[in-house]
Amino acid sequence: MTIETVQAEINEEFSAFEDWMDKYSYLIELGNDLKELDPKLKNDQHLIKGCQSRVWLVPEFKDGKIYFQGESDAVIVKGLVALLLRVVSGHTPQEIMESDLHFVDDIGLKQHLSPTRSNGLVAMIKQIKLYAVAYNRIAG
Amino acid sequence: MTTLDIARIRKDFPILEQKVYNKPLIYLDSAASSQKPVQVLRKEEQLHLEYYGNIHRGAHFLADRATIEFEAVRDQVVGFIHAGSREEIIFTKGTTESINLVAFSFGEAFIQAGDEIILTEMEHHANIVPWQMMAERKGANIVVLPFSDDGRLEIERLEGLINEKTKLIAVAHVSNTLGTINPVKQIIAKAHKFGVKVLVDGAQAVKHLPVDVQEMDADFYVFSSHKMYGPNGVGVLFGKKELLEQMPPYQGGGEMISEVTFQKTTFNELPYKFEAGTPHITGVVAFGEAIHYLQQLGVAEVAAYEHQLLEYATQKLLEIPGMIIYGAQPEKSGVITFNIDGIHSFDLGTMLDKMGIAVRTGRLCADPVMQHYGITGSVRVSFAVYNTIDEIDVFVAALKKLIVMLR
Repeated sequence: MTIETVQAEINEEFSAFEDWMDKYSYLIELGNDLKELDPKLKNDQHLIKGCQSRVWLVPEFKDGKIYFQGESDAVIVKGLVALLLRVVSGHTPQEIMESDLHFVDDIGLKQHLSPTRSNGLVAMIKQIKLYAVAYNRIAG
Repeated sequence: MTTLDIARIRKDFPILEQKVYNKPLIYLDSAASSQKPVQVLRKEEQLHLEYYGNIHRGAHFLADRATIEFEAVRDQVVGFIHAGSREEIIFTKGTTESINLVAFSFGEAFIQAGDEIILTEMEHHANIVPWQMMAERKGANIVVLPFSDDGRLEIERLEGLINEKTKLIAVAHVSNTLGTINPVKQIIAKAHKFGVKVLVDGAQAVKHLPVDVQEMDADFYVFSSHKMYGPNGVGVLFGKKELLEQMPPYQGGGEMISEVTFQKTTFNELPYKFEAGTPHITGVVAFGEAIHYLQQLGVAEVAAYEHQLLEYATQKLLEIPGMIIYGAQPEKSGVITFNIDGIHSFDLGTMLDKMGIAVRTGRLCADPVMQHYGITGSVRVSFAVYNTIDEIDVFVAALKKLIVMLR
């Protein structure tokens, strides 16, 4: 599946929810279901700075594609991480670099992208893109 | 319970009538910024519509009228905090700028390499960083007076920290995280025994407590308009006249000068020496209306009512299993900072927001307090005169619901 089709799929899932509580309950569910990160990987090297909650993001470059793992100590942020990883993980650096990650806006969670919320989603997206640039250089 | 008619007071704050995310708004973040009554908003609008002009300079009707209104607020502030004279009241853009001004100008006048500034462990970043910057510039050192786990400043250790190098103590009147009302009068008396000056950060105090700077004998007392029902972008620095006179200007520009030639500039008198440039004229004038509003309600009556809210909320919160409240002093005002065991403060804040309840989450501009308790964040609720017992009940019920969802 392309980054676009996954985003469309997420949009479809969230459109089923009528109110905010349901939407966030689902996000919490996704957060709780996210596979736990190996505690050894929860180190400063993988920590995303500038978040109200702590977020770790671990990339692995395999067969020309980047696979991400991630976690947060806040469950809502974990839910956001789960969505983000579902969209970008397993794609080529080129695809990730060129992607327009509009799903957050689509599903009405745009407030998490505002600079005042400092929950790290913006920082996470930036870090993912930076990894893509770096691996693209290695692969190239 | 209170002589105040809270239902009527709430009508003065139309912003509170709205729904957010389809839930009635419950605003529990007044320690960050309080809301403004229509009286304040109308005053600001009236100035814009009827007599706006730049103050102190134009020889025309509008400028004169604006100047009179602006300067009348200075007199109001004198009365509000019982300052000695209008020369002692400097308008700034907020508490932060007031502290930066003192850190710079007091530093220039009085601080030598090796001197010491005492701060407390419970200060807001605004009462830490300007001193660090000054200390860095001057080669001075910062010394910290700690607080105990229950949120009490360990003032019995203060004298042990003071020596001949100590020049100033900066302390919050009321802590923005712990809510502790510090015994500033006692601290100042101790400091003055050794010739040490004291700056009191009153940002969290002025809305909740009657303040008398002469009675407490503060050398500097600073606060913001936006935390006491006034416009944002306006703050006050009270400084003792004899100190302000010895301190050099903080910023240069119009208004603060007496005469300018390219060879030499002579500075204006107090308070104008410290008010470079066009101030926030409309903000200051509307701030006068906020002081008037608060005084009409009665600062003591408001304080008593807010204390009832604080006690009721504390008692209800403590019934929640896993509740950890930071700061448990009997002398407490305005805020409750807490965590719930096993739940991240960010999750709580995000979900409360979706339920229409505005709280503060995170490090609360007080990293040292977070470090004291070994936490990375917390939730803070804070109260103002427009909050109600019913709102606290809705808030506590929401928390209980969220614990089930989030744990």
